[in-house]
Amino acid sequence: MQGTPTEIATRHLAETSRWKPMEFVFWLVAFGAIWLLPSHHLILNEIIITALFAMSLDLILGYAGIASLGHAAFFGFGAYFAGIFAIRVIGDPLTGLVLATLASGALGFITSFLVLRGVDLARLMVTLGVALVLGEIANKMTWLTGGADGLQGVVMGPVLGLFEFDLYGRTAYVYSLVITFLLFLMARRIVVSPFGLSLRTIRDNPLRARAIGIPVNRRLIAVYTLAAAYAGAAGALLAQTTQFVSLDVIALHRSADVLLMLVIGGTGYLYGGFAGAIVFKVLQDVISNWTPQYWTFWIGLILVILVLIGRERMNHRAAVLWARLRGKPEPRPRTIVGGH
Amino acid sequence: MSRRNFLKAGAVAMGLALMAGTALAQDAIKIGLILPMTGPFTSTGKQIAAAAQLYMAQKGTTIAGKKVELIIKDDTGVADVTRRIAQELIVNDKVTAIAGFGLTPLALATAPLATQAKTPMVVMSAATGIITERSPFIVRTSQVVPQIAGPFGEWVAKQGMKRVVTVVTDYGPGHDVEKWFSDVFKANGGQVENLRVPLANPDFSPFLQKVADSKPDALLVFVPSGVGSQFMKQFVERGLDKSGIKLIGTGDVTDDDILNTIGDVALGVVTAHHYSAAHDSPENKAFVEAFKKANNGLRPNFMAVGGYDGMHALYEGLKKTNGAGGEALVEAMKGLSWMSPRGPMSIDKNTRDIIQNVYIRKVEKVGGELFNIEFATIPNVKDPSKAK
Repeated sequence: MQGTPTEIATRHLAETSRWKPMEFVFWLVAFGAIWLLPSHHLILNEIIITALFAMSLDLILGYAGIASLGHAAFFGFGAYFAGIFAIRVIGDPLTGLVLATLASGALGFITSFLVLRGVDLARLMVTLGVALVLGEIANKMTWLTGGADGLQGVVMGPVLGLFEFDLYGRTAYVYSLVITFLLFLMARRIVVSPFGLSLRTIRDNPLRARAIGIPVNRRLIAVYTLAAAYAGAAGALLAQTTQFVSLDVIALHRSADVLLMLVIGGTGYLYGGFAGAIVFKVLQDVISNWTPQYWTFWIGLILVILVLIGRERMNHRAAVLWARLRGKPEPRPRTIVGGH
Repeated sequence: MSRRNFLKAGAVAMGLALMAGTALAQDAIKIGLILPMTGPFTSTGKQIAAAAQLYMAQKGTTIAGKKVELIIKDDTGVADVTRRIAQELIVNDKVTAIAGFGLTPLALATAPLATQAKTPMVVMSAATGIITERSPFIVRTSQVVPQIAGPFGEWVAKQGMKRVVTVVTDYGPGHDVEKWFSDVFKANGGQVENLRVPLANPDFSPFLQKVADSKPDALLVFVPSGVGSQFMKQFVERGLDKSGIKLIGTGDVTDDDILNTIGDVALGVVTAHHYSAAHDSPENKAFVEAFKKANNGLRPNFMAVGGYDGMHALYEGLKKTNGAGGEALVEAMKGLSWMSPRGPMSIDKNTRDIIQNVYIRKVEKVGGELFNIEFATIPNVKDPSKAK
């Protein structure tokens, strides 16, 4: 590779921003599922929302190196905001979604200053603390949130005034999928921009990033705010498509599950959340149908095996398995978007 | 078999298993049972599922020439999952009725679906008063909190107690217990102080300290089934059992499922509830014996009896409608009355809620095991929050 550092960086960004064939396949399948899997729209809706949520965590964990145990704070805030907005103001989904996203982003902006205060362990604690505090507020403000009984009476209007939310979850899935796709496009654009590159620099070596003139704190605040907004959007989608919000949306297990999904799917390439959410939810659904009482055992076992086998990314593992089944040599691991 | 072939065979087997799942008999009456089978409320799910299966094993699986099928699903106690599973059962499995619902939020999240899809919904556990008002398709076979707490307030006042502190879990049913017990107790001349503990990860010690300081005649406690043992242990650790403060409560604290593991610290606790495994009737003796036999000696608790009676209501309703569901099934279940293991019970014609006896019991040791022994009965109690 020749040229000035600027040229190298530009070339690198251009390379990583190109769409790979697998990405087209992934989104074609996701949209194809609208017609191909009509009886599974409900679980698909849950998967795509979880995937969006996981992607939002990937933005801060995979790209900026901020580990969070309280990302559900924003998910839950977005969910409650959208739910309460639908009850008290109007039931138009898009208006509610946009406002919930902005509000969560604002909350992310405010709390980002706390998160900047420390490094890894301290950040885990701070994010966890923020989520716990919000959870308790939601629990106590019964008049607004319904407390532990959950927020009831959410009635959503049709999407764009045309598509009613149906019992089969078709509208819900299409709505969530389109929103997730749009947000994904935006995130993808952001992570392959110079801004995204600077984030990765901060993740890999904050001290050096500061030394070469990257405004570390400002960048971290920006990405944390963005991730919070994304998580809020995911929460709002859940509240709108299920028309119910309970304290679970903000609970610790949400934050932990989503972290787990990123562990399964891999961080730092945006698709990790999608892969993790699909694997986790499908496994949960299939195994808990076989054995409703003991499915957690099998999930746990599978997770342990996954980690033992190695932490390479899901897509690579699948490729290896595929090659092995066809009797071809194993492919080398490849990154998709903006990995190292 | 080489590793490659083994993998291939595995993939094929998995595919077949998935297909078999979808190829179910068409002409069957399916009942979707949604319960928390994992997570903190596992015992609720386990008891209800076991009781429902027992009922079907005893009464057969054919109604009006159709096969009855039970589909048990785990919602992990998370409300949006409950709702999604209910929705899937309704649209994909075409169930005739949905049942279960371990906690109030789970039932409330699903209620609008029951109305929208016109699917009868039998609540076998959740106990907040408002649930049956949230959909005309809901029938309840468990208990209504005010039904237990209200009459108990009156009974406690009649025993000459003047000052009671209440400690309840901070959620729907807890608020119901607090309100109904306090209102009735005050109306009968008593004084009440109210304390609330959080639902998640409760630590009772600061609350117990407050109680110890205020020295009331009795401490009334309400916690979800399963948390009772923690409470009792902390009650004794703090020495409150020796301070002359009587421990009273709704039967959730001395849940039959956990009573033996609480141990002797529970002796003498007075509670009000609708079911005790020690209830003295031939129906109950047969039920307890069959339940234990089918479940490795597990003692049935009030959750189990809710599930058992829920299946009974569905079976009797389905017999009347010849296997049809929808509004007809709800109509058929209204007004049913029968002799349950818990005693006589019926479904209120107007509110679709349960009418049953409330028993005052005391924990005693019988044959080396702890039981709630009933010593007073308040007959045929309706839900006072609706009986206006």
